[in-house]
Amino acid sequence: MTPSLPIASFTGAFEFIFTPQESNVTGGKKVGGFDKSLELVVKHLEVTVIALAIALIIALPLGLWLGHRGKGEQFAIGLGNAGRAIPELAVIALVAVLIGVGLHNVAPVLAILGVPPILNNAYVGVQQVDRSTVDAARGIGMGEMTIIRKVELPIAVPTVMGGIRSAAIAILATATIAPLAGVESLGDFILNRNVYGENGLLAGAILVALLALTIEGLLALLQRRLTSDGLKLKTV
Amino acid sequence: MRIDKTRWRALLATLAALALALGVVACGSSSDTTGSESSEESSSGSAIQSNPENGKVSLTIGSKNFPEQEILGEIYAQALTAAGYKVKSALNLGSETVALKAVKTGQISGYPEYASTALTSFFGLEPEEVPANADEAWEKANQEFEKEGLQAFEPTPFASANAVGTTTATAKKYGLKTVSDLEGVSEKLSLYGSPECRQRIDCLAGLEKLYGLKFKSFTPVDIGLRYTVLEKGQADLSILFTTDPQLSAEKDKFVILEDDKEVFPAGNVIFVTKQSVAEEAGPDYEKTILQVQEGLDLKVVQELDARVELEKETPKQAATAYLESAGYVK
Repeated sequence: MTPSLPIASFTGAFEFIFTPQESNVTGGKKVGGFDKSLELVVKHLEVTVIALAIALIIALPLGLWLGHRGKGEQFAIGLGNAGRAIPELAVIALVAVLIGVGLHNVAPVLAILGVPPILNNAYVGVQQVDRSTVDAARGIGMGEMTIIRKVELPIAVPTVMGGIRSAAIAILATATIAPLAGVESLGDFILNRNVYGENGLLAGAILVALLALTIEGLLALLQRRLTSDGLKLKTV
Repeated sequence: MRIDKTRWRALLATLAALALALGVVACGSSSDTTGSESSEESSSGSAIQSNPENGKVSLTIGSKNFPEQEILGEIYAQALTAAGYKVKSALNLGSETVALKAVKTGQISGYPEYASTALTSFFGLEPEEVPANADEAWEKANQEFEKEGLQAFEPTPFASANAVGTTTATAKKYGLKTVSDLEGVSEKLSLYGSPECRQRIDCLAGLEKLYGLKFKSFTPVDIGLRYTVLEKGQADLSILFTTDPQLSAEKDKFVILEDDKEVFPAGNVIFVTKQSVAEEAGPDYEKTILQVQEGLDLKVVQELDARVELEKETPKQAATAYLESAGYVK
């Protein structure tokens, strides 16, 4: 027997995704394969969607409101930038000590990643809306909430959606650390090299990348649907 | 072996004189010879002697990237420095795969590895095939290493293994002493372990297959959280390590269950190096490593781990404290 230091290959990684493979440490049980990959993809999406939802609930209304008032730029942009510098792993460990591990730990921690881009872009998007347009809306008797909903938000859609897309990708990519705090995700393949081998690691990375492209594509489609035709004419 | 006080004093004096004569008194160690006698704890070692010949040889000592490994790496590195070698260290090599590769390519001279890990991870043995006897495991690993132009030195006295741990309260409540005692109650208990535990035969897969246990749930967590989840009351059972400092520091809080069917192979540490490196470095290389690891029994290693993991000393400080209190280095 030779000490093996296998190097991952794309062929090997794709085989791993579709058919279960041998492993050194499982006592003969095969690992990976299509069913397991699918299961982890679903779990990965689950935690991503929950975290993104939390981020949206926190950041979107706040960003829109601040942008509408044109106030709190320091707050919106500053908090947004500070949020990007938070080390997720450290927060997960900290939250684990405070409230324990599981989805109620991982989802809010991942949501922290989503807040900065959503908050920033919502603020900037709404603030950039032509003031004379807003004044006109106010002139025809619209309330402040209606202005946000019917005038500013539709015009700001491309910018706001840009923030949501960034947030979704950041959360999706970072959800690979979820298995360290009691939640399964595609990170399982990546973190457990001893079990899944180099091909498993690469398979995990490939699946996360494909998932990110898919989500990005879907959100881009959604953005086009949401953007009013008038705006498209202007930008194209 | 214990040396009585007068002989110990004489030995120290001789060594001090010798060191002075050679002009290699360790720089900055201002403690005079009479003062260092406070180390009345188990002084089992004799001081390492510096050999000027070794000054021509440069060594790089590696280790994997967790506290126990870093402490071991530091102990070996400092001891080899005391023996006169030029020593550098690379104590954050990640997994065993990376560390072994570094030895083979000559980026490091050697690193400490658990014999059980070497056998299962490098040489494809099943955990149940790993000899329980430390010397047998070492010989088996060494045979395989030799085919690769590598070499493993004799094992340390202490062994490290995974273990099913729980709080003393839970153990009392269900009357748990051994892993077999979990039969019939494990369905009510949640188990937490590292993410890879789920599928490893020397972890959850083995508990299910060889003990026939079913748990209420298995939750993957970072190994750094293995005590947190017990303390928070989230986990009923958690996979711990036998060398964990918490087991000696908080004896009344945590216990490990005896592995009566031997699912978790024990790993004594063997120092893995290249044959060519060992030849070049001369006899003091192996001699020094074997000499300083003699004092490393389970209790000492738990204490060293405690210094780093609980008292936040650096691995370097802990290693120095060990070498000094055991009398290897003054």
